[in-house]
Amino acid sequence: METEKIEKILEENGYDRAGLIPILQDVQTEFNYLPQEALSYVAEKLEIPLIDVYCVASFFKSFSLKPRGEHLVTVCLGTACHVKRASSVLDEIEKRLGIRPGENTEDMQFTLETVNCLGACALAPIVVVDGDYYGQTTTKKIDSILKTYKRGDKKE
Amino acid sequence: MPKVTINGLEFEAEKGSTLLEVADFLGIEIPTLCYHEGLSPYGACRLCVVEIGVGENTRLVTSCTYPVQEGLNIRTHSERVVRTRKMLIELLLATCPSSKVIQDLASKFGVTQVRFKQEHNDCILCGLCVRMCAEQMDGKAIGLVGRGDDLKITTPFDIKSEQCRLCGGCMYICPACQLRCQGPDVEEAVCNACLNLEPPCLESWDDAMCYMDPCVACEVEYSRKPKVKKEKTSKEQS
Repeated sequence: METEKIEKILEENGYDRAGLIPILQDVQTEFNYLPQEALSYVAEKLEIPLIDVYCVASFFKSFSLKPRGEHLVTVCLGTACHVKRASSVLDEIEKRLGIRPGENTEDMQFTLETVNCLGACALAPIVVVDGDYYGQTTTKKIDSILKTYKRGDKKE
Repeated sequence: MPKVTINGLEFEAEKGSTLLEVADFLGIEIPTLCYHEGLSPYGACRLCVVEIGVGENTRLVTSCTYPVQEGLNIRTHSERVVRTRKMLIELLLATCPSSKVIQDLASKFGVTQVRFKQEHNDCILCGLCVRMCAEQMDGKAIGLVGRGDDLKITTPFDIKSEQCRLCGGCMYICPACQLRCQGPDVEEAVCNACLNLEPPCLESWDDAMCYMDPCVACEVEYSRKPKVKKEKTSKEQS
């Protein structure tokens, strides 16, 4: 585990106990998930019990304790999206990627997740990939959405 | 000194005290489950609900966390309170039917039937063990992890915590899981085994910790024993 990276993050946040969430967010941006060693290190340096850090990390859905793929695909299953058949969109993505929600593809390119509402119900059904919103998705559009990310791979 | 009316009785309460403490001082019995004198109030089990306010504008609050206020009108045993308490006990009993503490509460308050699906959990998430660990034992080894339906009490990463000194305080105070750890030799366990301050499995496994999910010692032991024995013990318990 690269402790220097975490040390730098802690320094930027001023070793502030109250700033645990921003620190964890930065750690997650750095490693793409929250590694066990990183949480232990953060707890030790901030002088707070590890369980408190773990409670925060496990409480928020945006934190992941398991490694994530390069691209995060989020499907909204809120009421409006549900009515607009988000479940069939999810089924289609599951089929294309060959994974269930909460899983990574074998090549670690994609992680699939579901969310209960994104607050953009006018765009239902909505799919978010790496922070880019795709509104009014249909099963037919899935292919082209996923393709852009597959091509935009780090092979360049 | 705020003046309060409790069950029609006027009383000058000490500033900063809670409704439960006032009732306790006056000898009015309010049932509690997640409250413990040596620990900070938590308000999780809701059993200590009382009704406050007058006329149509009344509401239920947990007396263990609610501080006294000037002119507060409190009823500890109104019809609404009693009805709510019975429902709460029924729900707790459905969550954790094997708990003796909850069974005793049920019999005391005349809850004779459970209309809900019994879940047979070994935890009601009252948080007593977490507070015991942090406040009395200065351990901070366990905590409430996750949220909502997935909320559970465990150690960081579900592995043995370095902070745990195996004091057994969490098991001592738990109202629900007295049967949680009886060690590998369940059949030989005597009554009151729950009062052991030390988990009995420690004699065989020095690395055991009950809050690991599942407990390593019990799992190892069970996987070694023929399955017939396990079935037998589970029948005995039920």
